[in-house]
Amino acid sequence: MLRRPFFYVIALVIAAFAGLPLIGNNVELRESLVLACVYITLASNLNLMLGYAGYINFGSIVFFGLGGYICVWLIYAHDWPLAVSLLAAGVGVSALALIFGLGILRLRGAFFALSTIGIVEGVQAFAENFTPWGGSSGIYISPQVFQPLGGPARALWVIYFAFVAVMGASLYLSYAIKTSKFGLGLLAIGQNEDAAAILGVPTPRYKALAYSASAFLPAIAGGLYFFKSAFIQPSDAFDLTLSTEAIVICMLGGQGTVSGVALGAFLYEQLRGYLLTSSTFANFQLTIAGVLLLLIVLFFPSGLMGFIYSRLPIAKKVLE
Amino acid sequence: MSAAPLLELDRVSKRFGGLQAVNNLSFTINEGEILGLIGPNGAGKSTLFNLINGVFAPNTGKITFDGVDITGEKPFIVARHGLARTHQIVQPLTNMTVFENCTVGACFGKDNKPLQRARGAAEAAIALTGLDDRRDMLALHLTIAGKKRLELARALAAEPKLLLLDEVLAGLNPTEVEHMIGVIRKIRESGVTILIIEHLMQAIMSLSDRIVVLNYGEKLAEGLPAEVASDTAVIEAYLGDPKLAAELEGHA
Amino acid sequence: MAETVLEIESLEAGYGEVQVLWGLSLKARRGELTAIVGANGAGKTTTLRAVAGTIDPWRGRVLFENEDVTRLPTHLKTERGFALVPEGRQLFSSMSVAENLELGAFTKRAARSYAGRLERIFTLFPRLKERQRQLAGTLSGGEQQMVAIARGLMSDPDILIIDELSLGLAPVVVYQLLATLKQLKEQGLTILLVEQNVHLALALSDYAYVIAEGRIFTEGLPKDLAAKPEIRKAYLGL
Repeated sequence: MLRRPFFYVIALVIAAFAGLPLIGNNVELRESLVLACVYITLASNLNLMLGYAGYINFGSIVFFGLGGYICVWLIYAHDWPLAVSLLAAGVGVSALALIFGLGILRLRGAFFALSTIGIVEGVQAFAENFTPWGGSSGIYISPQVFQPLGGPARALWVIYFAFVAVMGASLYLSYAIKTSKFGLGLLAIGQNEDAAAILGVPTPRYKALAYSASAFLPAIAGGLYFFKSAFIQPSDAFDLTLSTEAIVICMLGGQGTVSGVALGAFLYEQLRGYLLTSSTFANFQLTIAGVLLLLIVLFFPSGLMGFIYSRLPIAKKVLE
Repeated sequence: MSAAPLLELDRVSKRFGGLQAVNNLSFTINEGEILGLIGPNGAGKSTLFNLINGVFAPNTGKITFDGVDITGEKPFIVARHGLARTHQIVQPLTNMTVFENCTVGACFGKDNKPLQRARGAAEAAIALTGLDDRRDMLALHLTIAGKKRLELARALAAEPKLLLLDEVLAGLNPTEVEHMIGVIRKIRESGVTILIIEHLMQAIMSLSDRIVVLNYGEKLAEGLPAEVASDTAVIEAYLGDPKLAAELEGHA
Repeated sequence: MAETVLEIESLEAGYGEVQVLWGLSLKARRGELTAIVGANGAGKTTTLRAVAGTIDPWRGRVLFENEDVTRLPTHLKTERGFALVPEGRQLFSSMSVAENLELGAFTKRAARSYAGRLERIFTLFPRLKERQRQLAGTLSGGEQQMVAIARGLMSDPDILIIDELSLGLAPVVVYQLLATLKQLKEQGLTILLVEQNVHLALALSDYAYVIAEGRIFTEGLPKDLAAKPEIRKAYLGL
């Protein structure tokens, strides 16, 4: 992997994300880039299921939200340090994903997609009724938790770099998987699952592993996100909007590609920012996302990267 | 004489609802031979392939491959034992290149090869089937003859001990048929045992060492091609019941 | 020798990318029963579908009474005088026998002589007259085949094309159907029959074609073909 140029392309993106807001202490840029990091993390990991294995996970938010809950709760109820709580969130959600995945991955196509939504609804219902997690009011954590990180202002920078690290890890993970034998098997499953099985790809195991792997980094991102807000409640943590947006981003950028997802996330985030601040479109943000998805699926199924590859074939040698 | 047979079917049966697709079928394949499977349409040939490679599990009976009981095992496990198959309706991994398709076959076959070695096996399979010039072409851009060759190359890349060929010659023009027959012979020479279903009778009769004839899911006859072609029961299965015509003459 | 009613010239056809017919030529003559035999997958049904227009021929021509009808839409072929009795009958099973027959006479050509034809058909197939109000799907196999042939005849055809007559039917039923076909033939109807049972096909045809691998393997008068090993070769390769 170190010998391939794309490795360094990713490194460059990480460096840009880390370095740019530092210039002139640009807090505004930093905050918008946090959102970009979240989108890229969610979309890259979703891509493992959607773009590689061909399984549309509508409920990927559950990893984010559940990761957030586990992390915040460990800090709030048990005073655990941030780093350990994040790790615990990541591992815990991945383990749960593996267990649930083995069940729902027996389903195909639309049935699988619907079951992922079912999981979100189920987990949200659980969170709303689970008193240790504050039920529907959620959990507030006191600003004291920011002290070990050097106070609120500095903490936000630390958290930001953590986000960049998680985003970078997501990009490297999807790249590493794509160029591995595991990734080849996933792509074959995405093309024709029955043919892949007949060729010897251990389809149940691979799908479960991909599903579980796609949960780890989003769970940590969720932990960071809700820690930063110092507040988590079920309606925010399990809002299907975010997973839908992640799907749009994957499709927009080019499902199955690593660079496409990053590009798509960035562009979508800009679009969204514009829509939210524009007086005409403020309330139609999700409608626009839906229409965009429809247009992409109908007319540009290979997304932006597909378009770029068709005009600039040499790009294929460098980008993934 | 040779050791135990490579594939052994012992009283295998399969029923789908009211239809008995395969009924109490037994036969063996020895290592290194080409066994041809023929029979009128609906005789159960494709179902038999599906039973052998694990797409369906038989209701009764036992299937032994290379000494291992593979009855009812899932397809990807059967592939690991060293069995590969092609499909009557080709199943390419459409958005991948010929080379990538073959690499998948090589990666997940018998030896569970790592990516590097798999690529080597893929190259060898592509060379054997004559797809070198289309190595980097997307599977969806291939002609039907190309797709059939890819199906074969991909199965070969797994370096199987037994290759199941399901109507690999269907839809090809005479020149392509000639070429494929040559490829199949080369495959056998490389040490792979072959079980072949084919409707192109002249081809399968000339390729096969032995023939098994299926009719209504049962074994009708077994033997050398010439023996089977002159077997009255076989002729009647294909040409129809002569008694019907005789009755007609009687009434005329 | 009678005049040619239907002629197929170097027909090539297939499904999607898969070519099934590789240049097939044959003739059906007026007042004769021409049989097509061959193994499954050889192209018998594909030939009939290409002639009827259910699938588009890729190359070659179909001539009907010397007119090129290769690309003529199926319903217009029926107007010209084609009637196809498809494999597996394909009746409207939730409609009555009478309704099925009525649907056979959909064309203008058939409408002209409707009443008279219906009477004649009921004379030919008395069993159908008895069961005319019965739902087609509830009839026996043999009776359904009768309806299928009768429906074909309702369109007042010049040529009746039958895809598999004996399939799944008891011998006594087949005999009855064939006797009826013989009668119609003597009245001037041209019949093109695809038949699985070779012996049967040779017993009742005036001329036969043997298809193998999408081409005519051999052809000739039934008594000549019966003696040669060619037919067995077409089916069994040896």
